[in-house]
Amino acid sequence: MTTLPARFTDWFAARGWTIHPHQQDMLDRADAPALLLIAPTGGGKTLAGFLPSLVELADGRHAGLHTLYISPLKALAADIRRNLGTPIGDMRLPIRVEDRTGDTSATRKKRQRADPPHILLTTPESLALLLSYEDAPRMFAGLKRVVVDEIHALAESKRGDQLMLALSRLQAIVPDMRRVGLSATVEDPAAIAGFLARHPDPCDILYADPGPDPDIAMLRTEEPPPWAGGGGKYAIPAVLEQVRRHKTALIFHNTRAQAEIFFHELWLANEDALPIGIHHGSLAREQREKVEAAMVRGDLRAIVCTGSLDLGIDWGDVDLVIQVGAPKNVKRLVQRIGRANHRYNAPSKALLVPANRFEIVECVAALEAVKARDLDGDPRGPGPRDVLCQHILIRAAAGPFDAAELYHEVKTTGAYAGLTRAAFDDCLDFVATGGYALRAYDRWQRLVERDGLWQLRDPRAAQRIRMNIGTIQDTDLLKVRMKGRGGQPLGEIEEGFAATLTRGDTFLMGGQVVRYEGLREMTVEVTRRADKAPKIATFMGTKFATSTQLSQRILRMFHQEAWPELPGHTADWLRLQRNRSKLPEAETLLVESFPHAGREHTCVYGFAGRNAMQTLGLLVTQRMERTGLHPMGFVSTDYAVLIWGLDPVTDPAPLFEPGNLREDFETWLAGNAVMKRTFKASAVIAGLIDRNTGGQRKTGRQATFSSDILYDTLLRYDPDHLMMRITREEALKGLVDFGRIEEMLARTAGRVDHVMLDRVTPLAAPLLLEAGRVPVEGAATERLLAEEAEKMLAEAGLADPDPVKPAWRVPF
Amino acid sequence: MNGHDFTLAGETLTALGSGALWFGPQRLLCVSDLHLGKSERTARRGGGLLPPYEMTDTLARLEADIAAADPAVVVCLGDSFDDLASAEALPDTVVEWLRRLQAGRSWIWIAGNHDPTPIDLGGTHRDELKVGPLTFRHIADPCARHDISGHYHPKAALNVRGRLISRPCFLHDATRLILPAYGTYTGGLRWTDKALQNLMDGDARAILTGPTPRPFPMPRAACRA
Repeated sequence: MTTLPARFTDWFAARGWTIHPHQQDMLDRADAPALLLIAPTGGGKTLAGFLPSLVELADGRHAGLHTLYISPLKALAADIRRNLGTPIGDMRLPIRVEDRTGDTSATRKKRQRADPPHILLTTPESLALLLSYEDAPRMFAGLKRVVVDEIHALAESKRGDQLMLALSRLQAIVPDMRRVGLSATVEDPAAIAGFLARHPDPCDILYADPGPDPDIAMLRTEEPPPWAGGGGKYAIPAVLEQVRRHKTALIFHNTRAQAEIFFHELWLANEDALPIGIHHGSLAREQREKVEAAMVRGDLRAIVCTGSLDLGIDWGDVDLVIQVGAPKNVKRLVQRIGRANHRYNAPSKALLVPANRFEIVECVAALEAVKARDLDGDPRGPGPRDVLCQHILIRAAAGPFDAAELYHEVKTTGAYAGLTRAAFDDCLDFVATGGYALRAYDRWQRLVERDGLWQLRDPRAAQRIRMNIGTIQDTDLLKVRMKGRGGQPLGEIEEGFAATLTRGDTFLMGGQVVRYEGLREMTVEVTRRADKAPKIATFMGTKFATSTQLSQRILRMFHQEAWPELPGHTADWLRLQRNRSKLPEAETLLVESFPHAGREHTCVYGFAGRNAMQTLGLLVTQRMERTGLHPMGFVSTDYAVLIWGLDPVTDPAPLFEPGNLREDFETWLAGNAVMKRTFKASAVIAGLIDRNTGGQRKTGRQATFSSDILYDTLLRYDPDHLMMRITREEALKGLVDFGRIEEMLARTAGRVDHVMLDRVTPLAAPLLLEAGRVPVEGAATERLLAEEAEKMLAEAGLADPDPVKPAWRVPF
Repeated sequence: MNGHDFTLAGETLTALGSGALWFGPQRLLCVSDLHLGKSERTARRGGGLLPPYEMTDTLARLEADIAAADPAVVVCLGDSFDDLASAEALPDTVVEWLRRLQAGRSWIWIAGNHDPTPIDLGGTHRDELKVGPLTFRHIADPCARHDISGHYHPKAALNVRGRLISRPCFLHDATRLILPAYGTYTGGLRWTDKALQNLMDGDARAILTGPTPRPFPMPRAACRA
């Protein structure tokens, strides 16, 4: 056992602390090349990660950078810097700690490269940027340890892949570097360990005591939740009552728009004027910092928030977590619950608020999963190639390199361990020449090979590469600001939403109703005069699909004889469904057909999650169109898709025949909007197009042309291009989620249970109220334009010289 | 032909869904802002290596319009080339393709800000062209009447029942017409942009390109604040 130096034991003693077993373990294993610590929130995880560094640095003999700490959030880096200040200050340790993020000033950044601190706290993007400089080997020369915090969160996205590629580069510069990962509770620790360690090195996993089981329940309200929709407005009185009874509550929502609406409604009902704030990723930094500061001071009784508060920032004395809307994913729920009672060995208290009747079932299933410690998650796929392309560009920006050396370096990254040389060369060729079937850029290659080393043709390109570093996908966002000189920044909205606003329209932003005044140099100007019902701003942000494991649990619940664990109204509803029709089962695909409101409806209970059900809706209506069933539209949720049209479906089996579905999928995928969105994200990451920054858009006379055009061009002239292959891969596992349709097809193995009824069934009824109806495409867009043209010309008092024939209205 | 007829200075003009303008009585076809060589120029300047197929695509569409209309005169309304260097570096296949399109008709290159000086690619070069009461020039002259220009790449953006539809568009009022950009790799300037708002009259209309070109009133409110 490594004994803690006296200075440290004294410090622990002075605070009345003893070292946690896992902190001691970390110290004992400090020499391991890779080490993963799994600990619940509040378990002294950060100190466990830093203790070995503090001990090694305590004698003041180490010069230069010793420990690099990477976190997914800028705010977390700043928070850790403050927290480390306490032991370092108390023990008078000769250790310099600095953070470096996108918010750090340019002069400070420059100085950090020349004279790095002992401990540097940064983000994956800032690290990638540091590695793009020629002087990177000098800066990192003495590096001993890398601590990756919240590694479970990083492992969920491409940011993690980029970080691990950066670590492979670092390890080549300093071969003795040791890696430490700090993770919340996850379903597959070995996968995270393999992600962290240098491949094929082993990585030991240490577990901290997970603490007592959380105190978690569903919030019972007098009023039952509505049949459909999200938001949980009905529960506001009950939520306010809970806020009154607790010190500080975090109220989590699944989307930013829902958080905004809920916050607005909460304040309308907040008669006691309890101090309640809002926090989400689309708010301006100033706004967020204000809320964070108030939270730390203990001034707030509740914060309405989204995933931006998921990560381990110490927000003070939270004693209740409320999750509004079904959690969709048990692992995320557990991590959120951990936000309450940020003290070791105290049970966390959490309440689930189902937003609609179906979510009651989902919440109860999630509660059982939490009790059973049954976490869900999808295995991580191989490292994405768009991120590899960016890594090659970053490597080139740092100076000439040998392709074989870089290939071997990349293969030491767990996610890229299986990368073939041919696949690597594909990426290198793309970066160097564009990789097109038509070799057009011989004179203007981006990288050229000279004397066996690859390098930038034009060294000035390094600047551009650095500007485009990162894998975070930002849709085109516009800043929102109060009108007038020095107007207060409020946050960001999507450009597409801004384009729908006309002067006088109002929308919700940071809990205020604001009035759109105009667009000024790419900034949306608003005033506080609000005299209309607000529109709902659309925010970028993922809509999580209910996990496979949770869906399976719900299907298992349907199998039960009775449901004593459900509230009476919900159990009655399921019983009614069983009497009228059937409850869906895991091994059979339940399809119901019934007429309603003059349309033939078909409801398919696929339980494959939101994205896959949407894809299924598109594919099935496409086949229905071809077989002459005249589908007119559909709506999808996590568990079902409801299709309406002119003709009844009498034989649904061929619609779900795997061969048919896959074939339709191929055709449909190519022209799909999801593909275009996915293409854009990958094209930016791979360096084909520049990140669209506000500054560029402002100076460009014409806005840069849409990436959709590049996609269409490639599809027509070079469909097998690397970017198209990457796009396909990404779309399949992302928004299209065809994988879960495959899973559904395998599970039901051609067994389709068709129930024909004379009216809508209890389980299908909520879908009739669901928002997000999709009209079946084709002539629809043209028809919408025709109608709109007529209407607008009429409104403007302009007669159309050639009148448009009255067209059918697309229903809904 | 798939087009929308309107009048300017008493002349009947047809906006085609492709973004080209057809002046029937004169058998004149006009296209603006082809920006040929854009991907080569981007690469030369150290930007991304864009799919090098935009010239093929632009010329294929132009060829289809020419085949359908059989014009006596083709007017390329400026910015036909993304810059002079890319005009000089055109692959032989493209040069030959242009010659084929030019055969049997008169071809007029109007000077644009990207291609201000003559280029040796057949046809004649002009700063502007007068046809009857109409003047063809690259950039609209705010003081002139009855001019037909390009340069701004106007584009419409509409929210129709929750769907954002964005299309290149023609803009016209009683005194002028602005053509959309025809080239494949060309961006668009929103019709609400100040530059376009200031140029066009209050009752201006936009004709959206697409399978069926359609007239819309040009929105006036948003940007006048």
